[in-house]
Amino acid sequence: MDTNMSERPVIEITGARKLFGAVKALDGADFAIAPGECVGLVGHNGAGKSTLVNVINGGLGLNEGQITLSSGQVSSDFSIRVARAQGIRCVFQELSLCPNLSVVENMRIAHSGLSGPGWRSQARSMVDELLDKIFPGHGIDSGRAVSELSIAQRQMAEIAIAFSSHGAPTALVILDEPTSSLDASRAEQLIAYVKTFNAAGGAVIFISHILGEVLDVSDRIVVMRDGKVVSDKPSSAFTVGSLVQAMGSVAAESAGRRTVAKRAVSEAPVIAFPRERDAVEFEAFKGELVGLAGLSGHGQTQLIVDLFMSVSGDWWARREPVAAFVAGDRIVDGVFPIWSILLNMTIAVLGRWQRFGLTDRAQEAEYGRTWHEKIGIRTPNLDHPILSLSGGNQQKALFARALGTSAPLVLMDDPMRGVDIGTKQDVYQMLREEADSGRTFIWYSTEMDEVCVCDRVYVFREGRIVRELEGDAVSEENILAASFGERVA
Amino acid sequence: MTQLVSIYRSRWIWSFVAAAVVWTITVMFTGGASMVGLTQAAFTFAAFSIIVGLGQMFVITLGPGNVDLSIPATMTLSGTVALKFINVDASLIVPGFLIAAGIGLGVGLANYSLIKLLRIPPIIATLAMSFIIQSTAIWTNRGLRIRPPQPLSDFAVGFTFGLPNLAWVALLISALIYLLLEKSVFGRWVIAVGQNMRAARLAGIPVDGVRCLTYVLCAVLAAICGFFLASFSGGAALNMGAEYLLMSIAVVVIGGTSVAGGDSNVPGIWGASLFMFLVVSMLNTYGFDAGYRMIMTGIIIIGVIIAASSRTVRI
Repeated sequence: MDTNMSERPVIEITGARKLFGAVKALDGADFAIAPGECVGLVGHNGAGKSTLVNVINGGLGLNEGQITLSSGQVSSDFSIRVARAQGIRCVFQELSLCPNLSVVENMRIAHSGLSGPGWRSQARSMVDELLDKIFPGHGIDSGRAVSELSIAQRQMAEIAIAFSSHGAPTALVILDEPTSSLDASRAEQLIAYVKTFNAAGGAVIFISHILGEVLDVSDRIVVMRDGKVVSDKPSSAFTVGSLVQAMGSVAAESAGRRTVAKRAVSEAPVIAFPRERDAVEFEAFKGELVGLAGLSGHGQTQLIVDLFMSVSGDWWARREPVAAFVAGDRIVDGVFPIWSILLNMTIAVLGRWQRFGLTDRAQEAEYGRTWHEKIGIRTPNLDHPILSLSGGNQQKALFARALGTSAPLVLMDDPMRGVDIGTKQDVYQMLREEADSGRTFIWYSTEMDEVCVCDRVYVFREGRIVRELEGDAVSEENILAASFGERVA
Repeated sequence: MTQLVSIYRSRWIWSFVAAAVVWTITVMFTGGASMVGLTQAAFTFAAFSIIVGLGQMFVITLGPGNVDLSIPATMTLSGTVALKFINVDASLIVPGFLIAAGIGLGVGLANYSLIKLLRIPPIIATLAMSFIIQSTAIWTNRGLRIRPPQPLSDFAVGFTFGLPNLAWVALLISALIYLLLEKSVFGRWVIAVGQNMRAARLAGIPVDGVRCLTYVLCAVLAAICGFFLASFSGGAALNMGAEYLLMSIAVVVIGGTSVAGGDSNVPGIWGASLFMFLVVSMLNTYGFDAGYRMIMTGIIIIGVIIAASSRTVRI
């Protein structure tokens, strides 16, 4: 179907089967990718995408199945080492740079060949050059520690490191949700670079829940469901609608904005957060969906965190919390990695059932059952470790943690990163119902269609609110215009 | 069967296995003659390590960098001040005990104030604090060694139902701490803070309150331990807490608590404390001199820690 297919695939996997306990993460999947090809990989959370990726990069061994290398030889001991020697690189969904090291030092970890005197400057020039090429105007000082970078910058640095080559040429780059923290303009830059990389003979596997992006960038799209490949066609044969159908969920119509009754002028806000630097004072009213928009990393997360800190105590917890927080940067802000799913879900509401300071296990388990069903976490047992869940399902557990509290205010820091369309629709529905019953949501999102669902939107630029949009004025054009300010005339 | 597996997989069981092995070796060497005496001595001396170990465990649960190095000084100060206040008057035992606990409270608050207000890492803050406490102890004590009143020293060296009274005290405290760690909301918060402090704060946990209370708890337990140790050994001595610096940390680690934080257990402290005492008596029985004894103790601790950590499989 593709002229490139006449060449030997960079890697070919047949009959892959991988079990995690009783869960079949891969159930007889076949996959191959040729040099110069970009393959889109789509599917619901838990469909097996991340598992397949981890098999390809050597991180996971297969229970059954065969892996053929580009040399045509069947690999019996495929591992991370073998994968790297084949020139296979991976950008993970959960960012995986060492936060305490600088970008340059992370570059050294990726390329053990960078050694001897002067490796630092060599690494720096390599990574800077790639960053400039992929993301012009990135603003990253590669000598700084990764933890000092914004999440979008971290993602850019990780992508640049993955594409870099030293010694063995880079044959295949796997991008797992590479744009989840990037705004639209950065995503476009990445897509453009992927095309030039393809033209030079490099292969790319592109995983994203943003289907438009996948259609844009890929030559061929592989759809996964329940650990199997259910569809494998050139991307020209797909539309967003037919992709959604192939993934096995009902085609989601574009979510319309709610019609909200006009507020009385005298109504007092649930929360106001005046700051000197803002052009418009931040306020949120009862039952409102307030969106925070703008390019990523322009102060939206900071506002949400400051807001949360200002209404919750460092020294004393209120029995009825004012606000609940849903993390987007799950590993840093949300997940307790040692704990089970259940303990992760109940930590914010635990105080509700305490008697003489002791927890109530029965009530806790009941809460878990209710939310397990309500929000549809894909696991047979909530006592499994939280990290056994796929990213999207971890996110559901975090939603359950926040929505289950009695807090009238829910703060969401781009919570839909890496969440599939089906889940998103479920959560949107839940948010709307909760808002209708009087809850207030403050929602930062990097995705335009999410922001456009909100009743009112604050647009951020360079750390401050520059514009407030309300009702029908909430549109992609207006938001983009405000986020770029005078640059778009 | 699944229960068997879960026991095998729990890390704390190994500290008991180690203690039992050392006990058997020692008893075999003496031909069984020392069985009762060795066991009773082990429980008596282990009791002190258990009490301070439980406090240290709570602090270590708070996550990397959290450790209380002021434990020995706190023990000395509380023992000195309490016995000086009681002044061999049996009617003042209870107020004396409360004063000891009060000293712990004060030290805990002072420790966390240093950590929080001056933003000093806990390891430095508690070490600095221990110099202040130790100097205070020297100043109040002035070289006097005041005996505990008779009923108190009788209690401290006495037995009930074949077990040392102090072991019963340690058991009672362990039960309370177990309840606090495993069943209480506060315990759940401590474990959450130890795994991810930022996520804990963003889940609405009052992180400063939790950490402060944990340091206070640790210091109060150290002070109580100092009170009983002074009563047991016939008066407070200025260096009496010294060996509990390493001991409090060693029993926590050998007991299977993760030094990375967020993952602790109470039973392991018992196994580890018994083990630590029994190792020293085993080496004594075999007639090693002091120098070799310390080298061997060090090697054994390292060996146990390596063995314990290699089994820990994280998903």
